[in-house]
Amino acid sequence: MRMEPGSTGELIQDSLLPLLTGTVRGTIPLTAISFVFGLILALVIALMRLSPVPLISAPARFYVSVVRGTPLLVQLFIIYYGLPSFGATIDPFPSACIAFTLNVGGYASEVVRAAILSVPRGQWEAALTVGMNYPTALRRIVLPQAMRVAVPPLSNTLISLVKDTSLASTIQATELFRKAQELAAPTYEFFTLYAVAAVYYWVICLGLSFSQSRLETRLDRYVAK
Amino acid sequence: MTAPVIPPDAEARALLEVVGLQKSFGPNHVLRGIDLLVPAGSVTVLIGPSGSGKTTVLRSLNALEIPDAGAIRIADVEVDFATPVSKRDIVRLRAQSGMVFQGHNLFPHLTVLGNVTEGPRVVQKRPPDEVRSEALALLERVGLVDKADQYPFELSGGQQQRVGIARALAIRPRLMLFDEPTSALDPELVGEVLSVMKDLAGDGWTMVVVTHEMRFARQVADQVVFLDEGVVVEHGAPADVLDAPANERTRRFLHRIIDPL
Repeated sequence: MRMEPGSTGELIQDSLLPLLTGTVRGTIPLTAISFVFGLILALVIALMRLSPVPLISAPARFYVSVVRGTPLLVQLFIIYYGLPSFGATIDPFPSACIAFTLNVGGYASEVVRAAILSVPRGQWEAALTVGMNYPTALRRIVLPQAMRVAVPPLSNTLISLVKDTSLASTIQATELFRKAQELAAPTYEFFTLYAVAAVYYWVICLGLSFSQSRLETRLDRYVAK
Repeated sequence: MTAPVIPPDAEARALLEVVGLQKSFGPNHVLRGIDLLVPAGSVTVLIGPSGSGKTTVLRSLNALEIPDAGAIRIADVEVDFATPVSKRDIVRLRAQSGMVFQGHNLFPHLTVLGNVTEGPRVVQKRPPDEVRSEALALLERVGLVDKADQYPFELSGGQQQRVGIARALAIRPRLMLFDEPTSALDPELVGEVLSVMKDLAGDGWTMVVVTHEMRFARQVADQVVFLDEGVVVEHGAPADVLDAPANERTRRFLHRIIDPL
């Protein structure tokens, strides 16, 4: 279908592909990388916090406090605009990855810690009696059960992260929202382009919500209904 | 290779020896010097009021609690707790016994078969085929081979506890420990668990059992040990301890058990 030149319809049509590129090349990899590394960091922080040794748990507690007590935008600016003062200049995309990873690590660590604590003590003991040591018991017995508890809140973290990546536009990282801004600027059609961007975000989050329920069903197979 | 259903240590020397076991939880002096001798192939039942220390003794044998002092020997493995014990000692001691918990503590995310094979496969790293056939033989032994592919939540309490017994046997222990294995069960399910335990005793397994089931003690035990306030008050053949207790505290406890009102 051919739109009238310069119409809103044509603008939307012309924006679909660039915005998709921004999503696939920017938003999605940024989210995926930050979430995966963020989860690894979260597990480390959670295990540190669970340690009975204050020298190990205190730094983890401090880390979580800083991450949760400061705005994500400020964290992003410190890494991208602040670190060059110390001679560390990092490109926009990796800067954003680092900031979001550190942020997810802090938030998700609380989820992971609570999920590990939700597994009854008797499970640890039973694991020990069949000969397991701490790492094996954690990996084979405790984490699989903790995962069931952690999936809903971690899905929240992931869905928030998808939308938070739009903040990367403020450091010139190319992603969905940055693309929308670039397309809107010469036309002044802010409403239209930002609305299209909003729909893109929403569709991603719908997909994630769907995957979440599939995963929850799978993990519930060993629980009495 | 011997199948695990045939118990080791047929010869009658003390398989388990406990000397001067002490344990405190904070200000609470739970064990005040426990001595215990369990001959190979015999069944010892620990009885006593709640807080007497019987469960702590049992958990110490499996190194789930680390005693403050005293020594435990199971077969050739001896650990003296007077000096700090290494992780290696704890692992070696723990491997000597299989533990059956009051609340079964089955792994809910693994099937019945998965529960039984987990230790031998993941920790002992024995060949998968051998582990599997041995696990199926153990499930057969406790009458649950047809439940192998089900999850624990699909089983009754008695069946769960029998899987717990199979899981404990699967690591090929020298000694079987039972911590109130029927206390959390509905009364009509108690029998099936006790009957499996009785069979194991008949096969010659060395067992230490904490229980309030006096009929089991009378029928199956070779030795009954009465604990109170962290010491062994009285021990001997079931007929002696249960029917003609020498100590007043034993008498009072047994009276309360038999006639709670």
